[in-house]
Amino acid sequence: MNYKELAERLRTKKIVQGHRSCAGCGFPIIARAVLASTDKPVVVSSATGCLEVTTTIYPFTSWNIPFIHSAFENAAATIAGVETAYRALRKKGKIKDDIKFVAFGGDGGTYDIGLQSLSGALERGHDFLYVCYDNEAYMNTGIQRSSATPYGASTTTAPAGKIHQGKEEFKKDLARICVAHNIPYVAQASVSNLPDLTEKAKKAFSIKGPKVLVVLQPCTLGWRYPSDKTIEIAKLAVESRFWPLYEVENGKYRLTYKPSKFVPVAEFIKAQGRFKHLLKPENKHIIEKIQEHVDSEWEKLMDLCKG
Amino acid sequence: MKLKKASEIPIGGLIDKAGSSLDFKTGEWRSFRPIWDKERCINCMLCVIYCPDDAIPTEGKGNEIKRKETDLDYCKGCGICANICPVKCIKMEEESKRKSKDNK
Amino acid sequence: MKYKIKAITGAEAAAEAMRQINPDVCAAYPITPQTNIMEKFAEFVADGIVDTELIRVESEHSAMSCCVGASAAGARVMTATASAGLALMWEILGVASGLRLPIVMEIVNRALSAPINIHCDHSDSMGTRDLGWIQIYSENAQEVYENTLLAMKLAERVLLPAMICQDGFITSHGVENVEIFDDKDIKEFIGKHKYKHSLLDVKKPVTHGPLQLQDYYFETKSQQITTMEKAKNEFIKVGKELSKITEKRYYFFDGYKLNDAEVAIVTLSSTAGTSKVAVDNLRKKGKKVGLLKIRLFRPFPYKEIGKILKNIKNIAVLDRSASFGTNPPIFSEIKNALFDVGYKGKVHSYIFGLGGRNIFVSDIEKLFIRLLENKVRDHGFIGLRK
Repeated sequence: MNYKELAERLRTKKIVQGHRSCAGCGFPIIARAVLASTDKPVVVSSATGCLEVTTTIYPFTSWNIPFIHSAFENAAATIAGVETAYRALRKKGKIKDDIKFVAFGGDGGTYDIGLQSLSGALERGHDFLYVCYDNEAYMNTGIQRSSATPYGASTTTAPAGKIHQGKEEFKKDLARICVAHNIPYVAQASVSNLPDLTEKAKKAFSIKGPKVLVVLQPCTLGWRYPSDKTIEIAKLAVESRFWPLYEVENGKYRLTYKPSKFVPVAEFIKAQGRFKHLLKPENKHIIEKIQEHVDSEWEKLMDLCKG
Repeated sequence: MKLKKASEIPIGGLIDKAGSSLDFKTGEWRSFRPIWDKERCINCMLCVIYCPDDAIPTEGKGNEIKRKETDLDYCKGCGICANICPVKCIKMEEESKRKSKDNK
Repeated sequence: MKYKIKAITGAEAAAEAMRQINPDVCAAYPITPQTNIMEKFAEFVADGIVDTELIRVESEHSAMSCCVGASAAGARVMTATASAGLALMWEILGVASGLRLPIVMEIVNRALSAPINIHCDHSDSMGTRDLGWIQIYSENAQEVYENTLLAMKLAERVLLPAMICQDGFITSHGVENVEIFDDKDIKEFIGKHKYKHSLLDVKKPVTHGPLQLQDYYFETKSQQITTMEKAKNEFIKVGKELSKITEKRYYFFDGYKLNDAEVAIVTLSSTAGTSKVAVDNLRKKGKKVGLLKIRLFRPFPYKEIGKILKNIKNIAVLDRSASFGTNPPIFSEIKNALFDVGYKGKVHSYIFGLGGRNIFVSDIEKLFIRLLENKVRDHGFIGLRK
């Protein structure tokens, strides 16, 4: 979807203004773009997290569409229940509309505590779209480390100190976990590339069965950069191949964006305060390790795309 | 806003007024205000789609779509619009200075 | 009164009630001794005897989460669990009640871990008594069946979730003759479920489960508190409607030979059945003993229980669960009720049957004798090797 088409679609507001996300936050951009990619009515469930908390502070709600939040780890299970009720009631002729079901979860509520309920919902084949807005830490509760936090990043529970230099594990590969469930569609996208994201969302909405979009979302507070650079930093993540944009349709991998020139991951790292300890000369080897990891993951992805 | 009683609100914490956050003016958060140069704007729509707060309304259809003035009721002053603009026709200015200048 | 007699277990009786209710959605996860309920129900699903959509979830937490989603979407929803499964669902039990969803759940009482034990005690359902679920205990398979029907209608009337409890293995796996009433009569009694705030009503979008801060959470909780109280009267009303089909009386509790009793035992669930035999045996010998069997545990009918126990000299309350560091659950409630009516007698607490330890008619007879002779300790255990 091109910019102008998206801009026009955004006039129909499924999420309205007045939500209390931070200035420069990425998830509203993602959620709006995904929801604008279908004309059908949508019912949303959300895990506890930034998206849920900032859009539903009683008595205010930013949702112009049906919305449910039940708990932190069960966005997928909750929407699975809604979707099943829909099928049951539709069979009995009690519901006539053609409705789409979307679950939103942050990386905390998806990669970690929500992984089981997501896995169950994917395995059972419910017809829904799961969108993980991945800001690489438990941001809503104060920037704690999640399994989506990248190697070397400083978080409040794995801070950079005298002995340890931030997270010592590499980021979990959620997209591949979802692909292993043999679902019809999985894609990685970024808030910085909305035409790509909306194409993926549109495709997902046209497919029956479980679909997952994992969308990178820089967080101005947690990644520590000025609020106006959210899109710029997401772009660096994509250009440096730290966060490749690809889709997997029925097990077939396809890269949807290929960076035209080599951008060292150090460019991405330098732009964020959560990595500033890595700029010390004694931590040079960590940046090198990160680059090696980015390179080898890219090679793996290229092989999968060829296969 | 006057706080309602237990007998006056729906059960279970239900919010039955969709989109009620429109009553919450996040524009009050601003420290910087985007100043848009309409003449230089090419209506690429990047600021519109990347504004986290949907604070840039548009009019017109298809290729004729055009942006309008930033909705200051909701603009939080994050500066993404100024950062993303390909022709740099948006500048962020200090809210306190601009407020006294524009008298709003 | 139209009914068929079926020789079935408590689990199957629950499944029969579920069959007649024919919920739109069921989401369940296996755990002994509940599994027989869902297995029986799954057969009904496989044979098209019900049109329920059965979600075979990957954990009890997801079971209750799916139930929450489905119920908020306007579906009639049921599930079943026990012990550790109920414990795993704990977080979402509060969500179901807080969101005011009429979910109905069969509980087959089984001891909580650790140590792991698959047999009957009430630590599981008693452990969840503060979460805002209506709790009804069943003495036998017949009661499981009828309580489930009553609970379904009651839950939808007051918009609070309800659990029906039966003793693990004792009731759930024991075969009894159960009167199953006419499908059509029950269908009419249950009626249609009309949920006003469905997520699927896309023309009237609602937000379920918002963040409520210090300014509104209290008010929302107070609504639950008030409605739970009102559920007592609604229980009676719904019971009267069910009576039209079953010709039985549904009250908060049943007094068994209590009218002229000098001493009494208070208990619930299958042990009430055992106690009735002890009462009968002693009555034959001229002893004035009686039993109070509690059916509705949440909301707890303080006033009515205080009234019926007021003039009984010596009371022993039998709890099949402990509340470590304080009085066990039923005893606590009874003591509260007795205080309110200025009780002048003596009330004693006995814990029995933890982890499925059997309690025999002779145990209860001996306790009655000690009550009559005033040789009872304030607190004790029955059947424990100390």
